[in-house]
Amino acid sequence: MTTGLIARTAAEHAPGLPAPAAPRLPRRVARSKRAVAGLILLAGLFTAAFAGPLLSRWGWDDTDFAAFRQGPSAQHWLGTTQSGRDVLALTLRGTRRSLVIGLSVAVLSTGLAGLVGTVAGFAGGRLDRILMWGTDLLLVLPSFLLVAVLVPLLGGGALVPLLAAVLWMITARAVRGMAASLREREYVLAARFLGAGPVRTIVRHVLPQLASLLVVDASVNVSVAVVAESGLSYLGFGVRPPDVSLGTLVADGQGAATACPWPFAAAAGMLVLIVLAVNLLGDGLRDVLDPESGPRRGGR
Amino acid sequence: MTVLAVRDLTVRYAPGVDAVRGVGFDVGAGEVLGVVGESGSGKTALALAMMGLLPPDARVTGSVRLRGEELLGRSDAELSRVRGKDLAMVFQDPLSALTPVHPVGDQIAEAVRIHSGATWPAARARAVELLDLVGIPGAARRARAHPHEFSGGMRQRVMIAMAIANDPVAIVADEPTTALDVTVQAQVLDVLRAAKEATGAAIVLITHDLGVVAGFADRIMVMYAGRAVESGPVEEVYRRPRMPYTIGLLQSLPRMGVAGGARPAPIDGAPLAAVEGAPLAAVEGAPLAAVEGAGPVVASAPGGGCAFRARCPVAVDACADGDPEPALVGPARHTAACVNTEATADPDEVFPLPDPVLPPVRPPRRERPAVLEVDGLVRHHPLYRGTLFRRRAGTVHAVDGIGFDVREAETLALVGESGCGKTTALMEILRLARPQRGRVAVLGQDTAALRRSRRKALRRDVQVVFQDPFTSLDPRMRVADIIAEPLAAHGVRAPGGRVRELLDLVGLEPVHAARYPHGLSGGQRQRVGIARALALEPRLLLLDEPVAALDVSVQAGVMDLLEGLRARLGIAYLFVAHDLAVVHRIADRVAVMYMGRIVEIGSVDEVYGHPAHPYTRALLDAVPLPDPRLERRRRRVPLRGDLPDPTAPPPGCRFRSRCPRYAELGAVEARRCQEHDPMPRPMSTDRESDQWAACHHPLAEARAVL
Amino acid sequence: MAAFLLRRFANCAVLAVAAASLAYLLAAAVLDPRANFDGRAPRPPESVVDAQLTRLNLNDRTSLAVRYGTWAAGVLHGDFGRTWEGQPVNAELWRRLGVSVRLLSPGAILGSALGILVGAYAAIRQGRAADRFITFGSYLLLAVPVFVLAVLLQIAAAKTNDALGMHVFAWVGETTPGAAYGTFGALGGLADRVRHLLLPTVTIALTQVAFYSRYQRGLMLDVLHADYVRTARAKGLRHRTALLRHGLRTALIPMTTYFAYSFGFLLLGGMFCEQAFGWHGMGEWLVEAISRGDVNVVAAISFLAACGVLSAGLVSDVLHGFLDPRVRSGAAA
Repeated sequence: MTTGLIARTAAEHAPGLPAPAAPRLPRRVARSKRAVAGLILLAGLFTAAFAGPLLSRWGWDDTDFAAFRQGPSAQHWLGTTQSGRDVLALTLRGTRRSLVIGLSVAVLSTGLAGLVGTVAGFAGGRLDRILMWGTDLLLVLPSFLLVAVLVPLLGGGALVPLLAAVLWMITARAVRGMAASLREREYVLAARFLGAGPVRTIVRHVLPQLASLLVVDASVNVSVAVVAESGLSYLGFGVRPPDVSLGTLVADGQGAATACPWPFAAAAGMLVLIVLAVNLLGDGLRDVLDPESGPRRGGR
Repeated sequence: MTVLAVRDLTVRYAPGVDAVRGVGFDVGAGEVLGVVGESGSGKTALALAMMGLLPPDARVTGSVRLRGEELLGRSDAELSRVRGKDLAMVFQDPLSALTPVHPVGDQIAEAVRIHSGATWPAARARAVELLDLVGIPGAARRARAHPHEFSGGMRQRVMIAMAIANDPVAIVADEPTTALDVTVQAQVLDVLRAAKEATGAAIVLITHDLGVVAGFADRIMVMYAGRAVESGPVEEVYRRPRMPYTIGLLQSLPRMGVAGGARPAPIDGAPLAAVEGAPLAAVEGAPLAAVEGAGPVVASAPGGGCAFRARCPVAVDACADGDPEPALVGPARHTAACVNTEATADPDEVFPLPDPVLPPVRPPRRERPAVLEVDGLVRHHPLYRGTLFRRRAGTVHAVDGIGFDVREAETLALVGESGCGKTTALMEILRLARPQRGRVAVLGQDTAALRRSRRKALRRDVQVVFQDPFTSLDPRMRVADIIAEPLAAHGVRAPGGRVRELLDLVGLEPVHAARYPHGLSGGQRQRVGIARALALEPRLLLLDEPVAALDVSVQAGVMDLLEGLRARLGIAYLFVAHDLAVVHRIADRVAVMYMGRIVEIGSVDEVYGHPAHPYTRALLDAVPLPDPRLERRRRRVPLRGDLPDPTAPPPGCRFRSRCPRYAELGAVEARRCQEHDPMPRPMSTDRESDQWAACHHPLAEARAVL
Repeated sequence: MAAFLLRRFANCAVLAVAAASLAYLLAAAVLDPRANFDGRAPRPPESVVDAQLTRLNLNDRTSLAVRYGTWAAGVLHGDFGRTWEGQPVNAELWRRLGVSVRLLSPGAILGSALGILVGAYAAIRQGRAADRFITFGSYLLLAVPVFVLAVLLQIAAAKTNDALGMHVFAWVGETTPGAAYGTFGALGGLADRVRHLLLPTVTIALTQVAFYSRYQRGLMLDVLHADYVRTARAKGLRHRTALLRHGLRTALIPMTTYFAYSFGFLLLGGMFCEQAFGWHGMGEWLVEAISRGDVNVVAAISFLAACGVLSAGLVSDVLHGFLDPRVRSGAAA
């Protein structure tokens, strides 16, 4: 007996029992330890990044001329930088930036990926080939170059759309593959044969299946975007002084990291925490939404 | 001499989740024990427990003795010296059971080397011998091929070769022929039989097919919900079954041999236990939803007692007092685990026969209008090979010029082995579009000339039921929405009452409307699929193997439903199936397909009674009859070999490479088969007959001469 | 088959050319090499600036199409033009490529091999302490960006150096100047190179291990309960032998897809490594070139990177064919 059959028969027999309706999403998410851990961590980071500056005595652009490059103290909980700025305030400012950029890039790029992927996968044929060729081209083009060259030209506001523009391709390929296979799924065929039009079929049968993939990929894209933004800023191509991001903070702090670890440690730690939280949430969501690939898949 | 003795074997996956509960049996050398049960009855868990191959979190208690030596409780290292040497196993799915990346010869040689320490060249030579023994042509060359280059039947032969590599004392075969076509199944069973003769091994043959057991096994053990509910010599049990479940199982089988065909009795309800499935599924990380959907997994009947109680027509109060112990009910250790054996003294009285469906009063066939006409329909697919170096390797002649018509209120069955093009033909008709070649007319309208709006309107009259009730229903929709979908798609208003009506029509309760598909059993799901197809009151229903995925006891119920619906609603069916017994029961006419062609078509009585085409004859011969005496008396000419390459059908008659009749022909007669593609022609001059066959030397001619 | 390969290569070549052209056009349109003269005091006369820029084919007063034509004509002859300093791009390109390959390859090879082994091991020990440790470690590592990891390792190395009182680790540049002429001669030079390679290699290897082990663990878990592993055990193989001989061998196949996918990340990671460890490789050059408006260099590197990514795709396909007989003989219909 194949395992597939076993899995099916397991689902099958429930005579005389009340309808085991699929539990609602929040309940299922609540069952995944990883998703819950990620959510709590992320919520904490958000609170800190947005509420923290309100409570802090020091603004991120304030300079304390009485304290240059000091360790933690009652005045400056995480010390000050070489130029007398409060490390905590700077880090929170950078965290806020990273979170906002990460989320908006993820939403934008996943949306674009969903659109291109669904159209290509469901349409098939020539349109599919053209769209996928373009996707390949963008994959081959050094994305770093695109962002690094255009951000200075278009200004900091362009960072989000540009990052989104270079991050959507892999998700689009995944969506396209899934849409193409869904098109051949028996219940989708059934819908077509019983007279449902393509729009109805996509909306009722294809999109709900894709939704889980998109949600999971969006969460993956958050962490990729956060790392990409800080990496660009680290190299001097993203956020520019005087504004700060976790990347610029790491770059500024690394030179003196041995002697004065606070600025570096705070920014780097925060960066790791954000990525960890998002990865946890993403994996947890994958376990919940996409049980086929299950907790056993490593993630992407 | 008993070589394999199992006592009180219990497999527990989690507290209260028992897949096997206290099963015991003995198998002697050269003896075959058939273990029969439906999905979820614990038969696979039983096999794996004997082999010691269950996942580590399964707890196995009891005793498994091979030649007197206890196997349970041994370490992996100790067991691995027994496995493959004294105790071998043949798995169900020969595609997934062979490692895809190693040549089959090496995989067999590995089995030889592990236990004999032979050198690689010696082991490889032995592997070639074994492949030859199991009837793989060109064994030396094929030993270097990989599993994906073999057909299903050939792979199963490889599995058998591997199992007998070290002359085992006992072989456990888990559904060895389930994934195969009947003609190939017959071949593989012959190989297994030969392997048994060659090694003298005891065989435990696990299957759901009572026909296979009837022909192959000496003793039978019937399992239900993890218990052995009846066991005994095959002939005795088939003639005088005493456990109500066995009785129902035997009666629910559609039978071809019996003239007139006693109507099979369906067993109500779904099999109770999912004990086999759930824990394994959980172990394998199968869908969470599946495990959730199973609800509380029931290991025994709620509140204890006989697990079959709820479906049993002769249940009495005593049935609730715990699991019945097997009691001696007949000669030669025929036992049945039933407390009410008095009631089963006459098996025919146990299950009430369903009300016979009155044959619909309908005008003669010639006077009824045709709802579907197909003429010269062609569907060729380009075949691409390879994923790395994708290239066009040829054209599959999936459907290569078939013609038939279906008239009002009748059922035409398309039958044939997998790959013969029957499902492709169905899909081509369903598209309601211009075919590659030929003509399809539905209700008199040529599909090639349809406009978009006409096509959509026509879809109301042509509906479909798919094979797999697990994949053909959207898992995210409730039953009510699924059934109402065709209504919504065609803009029909107020489906609320209609849904209840449809549920009632297919024998489901109103409460089912709110459920999701995974909250239903397989049979119930298929009923939902049928209700959906009926929602728009179609005049033609296309059914793609509608009962093939269902357990035997559930099949009978669904077929009853289909028969009843046809009688009440006057729908015409085009019924695609591979199971000739099912077709015999439900169809009025039958068309036999081989490699994209219809080789024979006619009324069921004529085709089954006097098959004209040798292929039809071979197909009928290959179906095992669930009656040991009949089955063992049959003389059959098995088909040779596999289907030819579908991209390059042989010139002349496509069937001749496997045709038993062609092999007997003289040179002059054989030339006609080699050079001329036979066209369908009527087999009788009788005006009432409409039996046609595409054969130069039909069997019917021989009959006419006699 | 030959026709197929040709088509495949042609498609790759078209993609690479298109990518390089796009990169050139983008860089030439946006970057502003003229700005480099702004800071000079005294600022050279306009005509001199123009002449200088024209000589390098960087003059923004020439139309983009003409500049592209000049560049493309050069590329067709295998000439990527001149750098800002007026040197041929080609020579520097190859030198820098060598540096980057020396920096990346030990870590990449070590990391992927180790990652596969560690991942497979974790899967076999599923749920036990070893598996938890590996899973957690790879989780954490994946969350640490390369540039942070590099700095962390540097801090650790500095502390070690201090604690040991000797210069065990070195992490600035590729060599210590003059090491090859010390007491141990060429051998000393080699040792010095190895010393400089230690930290970058560990950095890259760690990221690769994290990536590969996570995937390999997932793939291995998929085959842990595969029917053919069960068959292998039914033949009499011990559990672990069956897993290695039949399971791991099969679970390696999908890894080839991830190989292509991870290559892009490897290149990006390399860029940060060069920056952090002061190696003068391609990544560092690209960063410099963008800041300086060195269009020719940017286009050349983009072309090379595109070629790299595309050949990684080809290599992964070939590996796939090598590992999977179903692809090789192509009967998987």
